[in-house]
Amino acid sequence: MSRAEAASGRARPFSLLGSELATLFRRRRTIAMLGALALVPILIAIAVRVTSAGGSGRGPAFIGDITQNGLFVAFTALTVSIPLFLPLTVGVVAGDTVAGEANLGTLRYLLIAPAGRLRLLLVKYVAAGVFAVAATLVIVVAGVAIGAALFPIGPVTLLSGDTVGVDGFAVRALLLVAYVSLSLLGLTAIGLFISTLTTVPVGAMAATIVLAAASQIVDALPQLSAVHPWLFTHNWLGFADLLRDPIAWDSFGQNALLQLGYVVVFGALAVGRFTTKDVLS
Amino acid sequence: MASAAIETSGLTKVFGRQRAVDALDLNVPEGSVFGFLGPNGSGKTTTIRLLLGLAAATSGEIRMLGEAMPAGVPSVLPRVGALVEGPAIYPFLSGRANLLRLDAADRHAASRTRRERIDAALERVGLGHAADKKAHAYSLGMKQRLGIANALLRPRELLILDEPSNGLDPQGTREVRGLIRSLADDGTTVFVSSHLLSEIEQLCSHVAVMSAGRLVAQGTLDELRHGDQRVTIRTPDAAAARRALAELGLVTEAGSERGAVSASLVDGILPETVTAALVNAGVRVRGIAVAGETLEERFVALTGEGFDVAG
Repeated sequence: MSRAEAASGRARPFSLLGSELATLFRRRRTIAMLGALALVPILIAIAVRVTSAGGSGRGPAFIGDITQNGLFVAFTALTVSIPLFLPLTVGVVAGDTVAGEANLGTLRYLLIAPAGRLRLLLVKYVAAGVFAVAATLVIVVAGVAIGAALFPIGPVTLLSGDTVGVDGFAVRALLLVAYVSLSLLGLTAIGLFISTLTTVPVGAMAATIVLAAASQIVDALPQLSAVHPWLFTHNWLGFADLLRDPIAWDSFGQNALLQLGYVVVFGALAVGRFTTKDVLS
Repeated sequence: MASAAIETSGLTKVFGRQRAVDALDLNVPEGSVFGFLGPNGSGKTTTIRLLLGLAAATSGEIRMLGEAMPAGVPSVLPRVGALVEGPAIYPFLSGRANLLRLDAADRHAASRTRRERIDAALERVGLGHAADKKAHAYSLGMKQRLGIANALLRPRELLILDEPSNGLDPQGTREVRGLIRSLADDGTTVFVSSHLLSEIEQLCSHVAVMSAGRLVAQGTLDELRHGDQRVTIRTPDAAAARRALAELGLVTEAGSERGAVSASLVDGILPETVTAALVNAGVRVRGIAVAGETLEERFVALTGEGFDVAG
């Protein structure tokens, strides 16, 4: 230890995380996925603008409000993206974490650097979590931008009937980003674990995404209502409470607890698997 | 005996029913250039993976740079540079960015000197001009150089190089040889696996040979190569020559040409001892040849002929 420490000079403890984030967000695939997510609110806004078809009472939540207030584009886009687009992109990133490195062969070089297996896994998870936040943020920011460009914006009427100004809206929007990102952390942990099982990143990605879809299907079957509260997707659309005044935090706390449970269980499985795994790729 | 940079005892790795590495007792002296030979599938790369803590041994012990492995991974591996089973790159990153990433993974690598060290390593392997090119555009040889540069990011006490010349052109092979020599001159222990026997012969002070997971020979290059030197005598007095050699305790056999007698020089008997004995016996000698086995002959003798890859 002493010699290694002597040679270390000033080492930054977070340099691996910085490197991971830089690698992830400079990658063309990541940029393309974030671009695709940004297209969701843009397409919605253009469709509503061109057809002026709001207010029919059908379609996704909030879509009827868009023509009155462009800020609702962000809410609509988020609601539309939660079941498919967000789990899809998060599944790609989470499934790629370890399996992608194993597939490239770079995993062995990271480990002999030595990155430390636990540290590497933690960094991978944090980076995937940062991607989930970024993905959600991109939808909201693009939604607000395109909404402001195509529609009038003004004070937002909440579900409880109260009205908040633009600054109040900003707070609610950030809370929504926090809620949705948090909702994805359980899925990210599942993806991380699956990623430690294989050297084929596409397999890990597909398995993660399939699980997200399967969980939502189970959640839609009333016969299986007993397991509904335990599904990691169960609270995905439960952010309405954040759009009331005063804010009801119950669903937020409940969701946080559920996601934490998934993070702990699948995080532990991932650690158990990865720290004992023979890296032969 | 010098202390060992790598020492294993009874190192064994079992995959299912196959013993990929079987009771390996390896001893790599500090400061040596150690050639690690063996046919494809003989367990060389698996051994290297065990040494580096990438895979867990089924049984046996490893000591590297004085510490037990894999417990010592955090403190030992920063002092070890390695190329394992070919280079691995992020194709979407430049050569320089590849090294930045791997250096950042080493918690003990100083970030202050990172750029400097990376540039020096790239120059050292002749990749300076291509440092900012995306690595997917690299040729096999350039990827190989990048892998070697990664092993040289910091001053190392031990280098473990698995097939370092793979994919390199003759110039590149020469450069790598020169590089290994200069590193060895600086006191770095170099553990190099290769199929290129001529390269090992030019480069290494010590050699170990693996076959089907087992170590079949280990020692200095001279011990291994000259272990079985042969003397061949051309003489019209073949019968007398045989008697003279037999008195020395050598087992003679008919040489390949008529009137030739040959024998393996066992028990440290020197060629000059043989000539003196022949002269004393009045044997007329037309010619005498001493042939050390080439490493290749020795290798084939140890690991078998033909294309059958040990499974």
